[in-house]
Amino acid sequence: MSSSLLPYFLMIPAGLGFLIPLLGRSRIRPADTLAALGTGLLLALSLFTLGKTGKHLVGGWPQPIGITLALDPLSSLMLTLIAGLGLCASIFSIRALDRHTGRSHYYSLFLLMIAGMNGVALTRDLFNLYVFLELASISSYALVAFSAEAEDLEAGFKYAILSGLGSIFILLGIAVVYLCYGTVNLPQLAERLALAPAGELINFSLILLLAGFCIKAGLIPFHFWLPDAHPAAPAPVSAMLSGILIKALGLYALARLLFNVYDLSPGLGRLLLGLGALSMIGGVLLAIGQNDFKRMLAYHSISQIGYIALAFGLGTPLGIMAGIYHLVNHAAFKSLLFLSAGAVEYRTGTRDLNELGGLRARMPVTSAASLVGSLSIAGVPPLNGFFSKLLIIFACVQAGRQGLAAAAVIVSILTLASFMKVQRAAFFGPLKDKWTGLKEVPFSMQLSLFLLMAACLALSLLVLPGLREQFLNSAQAVLSAGIMPAGGSR
Amino acid sequence: MIIYFLILLLFAVGLYGLLSQRNLVKLIISMSILECAADLLLIAAGWRANGSAPVIAAGQDAGQFALSSVDPLPQAMVLVSIAIGLALLLLLTAIALRLYHEYGTYDIGEIRRLRG
Repeated sequence: MSSSLLPYFLMIPAGLGFLIPLLGRSRIRPADTLAALGTGLLLALSLFTLGKTGKHLVGGWPQPIGITLALDPLSSLMLTLIAGLGLCASIFSIRALDRHTGRSHYYSLFLLMIAGMNGVALTRDLFNLYVFLELASISSYALVAFSAEAEDLEAGFKYAILSGLGSIFILLGIAVVYLCYGTVNLPQLAERLALAPAGELINFSLILLLAGFCIKAGLIPFHFWLPDAHPAAPAPVSAMLSGILIKALGLYALARLLFNVYDLSPGLGRLLLGLGALSMIGGVLLAIGQNDFKRMLAYHSISQIGYIALAFGLGTPLGIMAGIYHLVNHAAFKSLLFLSAGAVEYRTGTRDLNELGGLRARMPVTSAASLVGSLSIAGVPPLNGFFSKLLIIFACVQAGRQGLAAAAVIVSILTLASFMKVQRAAFFGPLKDKWTGLKEVPFSMQLSLFLLMAACLALSLLVLPGLREQFLNSAQAVLSAGIMPAGGSR
Repeated sequence: MIIYFLILLLFAVGLYGLLSQRNLVKLIISMSILECAADLLLIAAGWRANGSAPVIAAGQDAGQFALSSVDPLPQAMVLVSIAIGLALLLLLTAIALRLYHEYGTYDIGEIRRLRG
C-alpha cells in the first residue's frame, strides 16, 4: 500500500510547482491556498507512511536497471520533516510575502525545492540523487536571491557559485564511481564495493563525494556560503534552508552513502567526528559576536549541524540515534527561531539586535516563540533540544570520548549565553520609544509559530521508551545495518 | 590515459578561474568549464575503443549490440547534466545582470558588502 504512494511525494509538489505560475492572479490568490494544501497533503501522506517500508520501481524496470524509489523508517522520517516544515513555512509565507512581488513564482520554486528534497530522501540511485539534489539546490539559489535587494542578489550569487562547486564535486564523484564499478544503483554499488578490494580510485571518489556533501551541509571548512545565504532569504525560506535543506541534501545523503554504501570505516568515522567537532565549536564562537538576528541563527545552524555530524561520526547505535533525534529537533527549533526572527523583521523592518528592545510587551506570541526556540536550542529541559543533546553527550561518553562530551557541554553553555543575549536585547528589557506603536504579527504567522512551538514540546516525548523504539530506533537501525542488500525491501 | 589527464587539466583551469577571478562573468565561465570537465569524465567512463554509436539497428541482436557499442548510460546522464548546467548558467547570468544594474560593475571586489 505504502509503495504505491511513493511517486506522489514527487508528483504532488512538482506538479503544483509547475501549475501555480500558470494560474495567474486573482482575488482569492490560488497560489497560497494550493501551496498550503499541497504541503498539508504531503504531511498527511508522510505521516501515513511513517515507519513503514516499501519500494517503487519507476517505469516498472527491474531493480539494478531502472531507478528505484524506496521507503524505509529513515526516509519516511525525512519526508515527514520536509512536509511538516513545508506546511509551516507556506502558512507563514502568506503574509510574509506582502512586500514581495512574484508570489506565484515564489511558491513554484518553494514547491520544486520540496520535490527535490523528497526525491533525495527516496531515491536509491546515485545519479538520480544528484538530479534531485540539483533541483532542490537551484530552486534554493533563486529563493535566496528572491527579494532582489542588492545584498540578497550578492548572497544568492555567492551561494550558487559555492554550492554549485559542491554539486560538481558530487558529479565528478559519481563519474569516478561509474568508471570503477559500472553502476549507479546504490544497493548494487554497495554489493560491488564490498566484494572489490579498496582501491585508490574508490577513495578518490569518496573524497569527491564527501567534499560535495560537506559543502551542501555547511560543515565548517566548507561553510562560507551559509552565513550569507540564510539571512538573505525571505524568513520562511531561511527556515526551510536551515531547518531541512542542509540536512536533507547534506547530512542525510552523506550518512546514507557512508553507512549504507561505503560501510563506514573507523577512519571515515574519525573524519566525520573531527568535522563535526570543528563545526560545533567554530559555529558557536562565530555566532557570539553577531548583532544580526538571522546571521547569528545561521552560525548556530553550523554549530548544531556539527552536533549531528559528531553523533553520526561516533558510529555507535546510541550515537546514530542521538544524531537522528537531534536532526529532527533542530528542524523544529531552528525553523521556529528563523520564523520568529522573520516575524520581528516583518513588523520592525530590522534584524539588528541593538535596535530592538522590549518587544515582549508588544509582540507576546513572537516573543514566546523565540523564547521556546532559544531554550530548546540551548538544551534547557523539558524542551526537545535538551534530550537529544543529552543523548549525544551520553553517546560520546559511551564511545570513550570524554573530551568531545565535555566540548559538547561547553558549546551548549555558550549557545545558552548567546541566546540569552538575544532575549535580553530584543524581547525583554524596557520598550524603546520607536517600537511603542508595534502590533503582533497577523494570524497566519502566529499559527505557524504555534504549530512549531507545539512541535518543540511534543518532540521531547520521542525520548519515551515506546515512541523511541518506533520512530528513532527503527531509523537508526537503517544506518546501523551497514550496506543495503541488493534484493531486499530497502 | 591522456584523456583523463586532459580532463584533469580542464578541471584545474575551471577551479583556478573560480578561485582567482574577480569578474562575475568570468566566474560564470569558470563554472561552465568545471561542468564541462565533469561531463567529459562521464562520457570517457562510457567510452570504448572502436565502439559503435549506441543505436540498436533493426534486427540486430541485443547481445551483439552490447559487445560492440559504447555505453549509452553515461551519455544519457550527460544530457541531464547539461540541462541542469544550463539552468544554473541562466540563473547565475540573471543574478549577475541584476547585480550590474544595482552596482554598475561586474567586479566582486567593488560590490562586496557582505562580511565573509
